[in-house]
Amino acid sequence: MYFSVWAALLLGTFITYKVAYLDLGRFNAAVALTIATIKALLVALFFMHIKGAHEKLLKLVVVSTLFFLFILLVLSMADYGTRTWS
Amino acid sequence: MSDSTVVGLHHEEQHHPELLHHFAEPQQQRDAASLGMWIFLATEVMFFGGLFCAYLIYRRLYFGDFGAASKSIDATLGATNTAVLICSSLTVVLAVWAAQIALRKLLIGSLIVTMLLGMVFLGIKGKEYKDKFEEHHVPGASFSFDHVPIPGHPDQYANPRHAEIFFALYFIMTGLHALHMIIGLGLFAWLLYMAWKGRFTPEYHTPIEIGGLYWHFVDIVWIYLFPLLYLIDRHP
Repeated sequence: MYFSVWAALLLGTFITYKVAYLDLGRFNAAVALTIATIKALLVALFFMHIKGAHEKLLKLVVVSTLFFLFILLVLSMADYGTRTWS
Repeated sequence: MSDSTVVGLHHEEQHHPELLHHFAEPQQQRDAASLGMWIFLATEVMFFGGLFCAYLIYRRLYFGDFGAASKSIDATLGATNTAVLICSSLTVVLAVWAAQIALRKLLIGSLIVTMLLGMVFLGIKGKEYKDKFEEHHVPGASFSFDHVPIPGHPDQYANPRHAEIFFALYFIMTGLHALHMIIGLGLFAWLLYMAWKGRFTPEYHTPIEIGGLYWHFVDIVWIYLFPLLYLIDRHP
C-alpha cells in the first residue's frame, strides 16, 4: 500500500511539472497548489500514519496546527488583497 | 513478588527494559513520543509558515517580476529533487515497517538508501546554488538582473529590486529547508548506528518512527516549495 501512495506522489509531481507549461491563466497556481496539497495529505495520512492513529489528542494537535497556519496565510493575504489603494 | 536475583532489575513487576518509569505501559510511552514530535512539527510548520506568508505577499505584489525570476531557476532540477525526496519518504516508511517485522537487513538498507537520497537532494541543490552564484542572482553587492523580460510581456523588463526579493526568499527558504535536511541526515546517521547495534525490536522502534515523522515533514515542506518557487509562470 505504501507503494501505491508513492506512485501517486510521483504521478502528482509529474502532472504538476507538465501542467505548469500549459497556459491556464490564473488557474496555474490553483492547480499546482491543489496537487501539492493532495500530495501533502497523502504523506501525512499514510506515511506519517495519521490515518489509523487512535489518539484523539494527536489529531487535535495536527488540526490546530493547520488552523493556525490557515489564519496566518489567509488573513495576511486577505489584508493585502483588499487594499484598494495602489 | 520482586525478583531480586536478576541484576539491576529490582521492580515489583517485570516490564520491557525500554519502558521508562514515568509511563504506565509501553503504548503510552510510544504515544507520548509521537505526540511530542508532532508538537515540535507544529512549531516547525509555523517556522516555515512565516516565510511562506512573506513569499505569498511579495509574490502577489510583484507577480511579473517574480515570474521572471522564477523562470531563471531550473524546474527540471526542482522536479527531480521532488521525486528524490518522495522516494526517500518511501524508504523511511519501509524502514519503520522493517523494524516492526524485525527484518534487520531491510531496516539498515532502507536507512542507508534514505540517507543516500538525502545527499543526492543536497547535491542537486548545491548545483542549483552554484548556477545562481554564477549568474549573479545571489542577493547582495554583486546582484544583477537587468533586461530580463517579464513572462507574457516581452516588452517589459523585470524590476531588479523586486527580483532580488524573490531570490532572497528563494535562498532563505530553500536554505532553511536544506539545513533541515542536513539535520535529518545527522538524525538518520544516529538511527543507522543504533539499528546496526541491534537496539530496535518490534516492541521498541520509536526513534525510527519519530525520526521518520521529521523526515516526512521536511518532504512536505519541499512539496510546497517546489511549485511555489519553480513554477510561477512557465507557460509563455
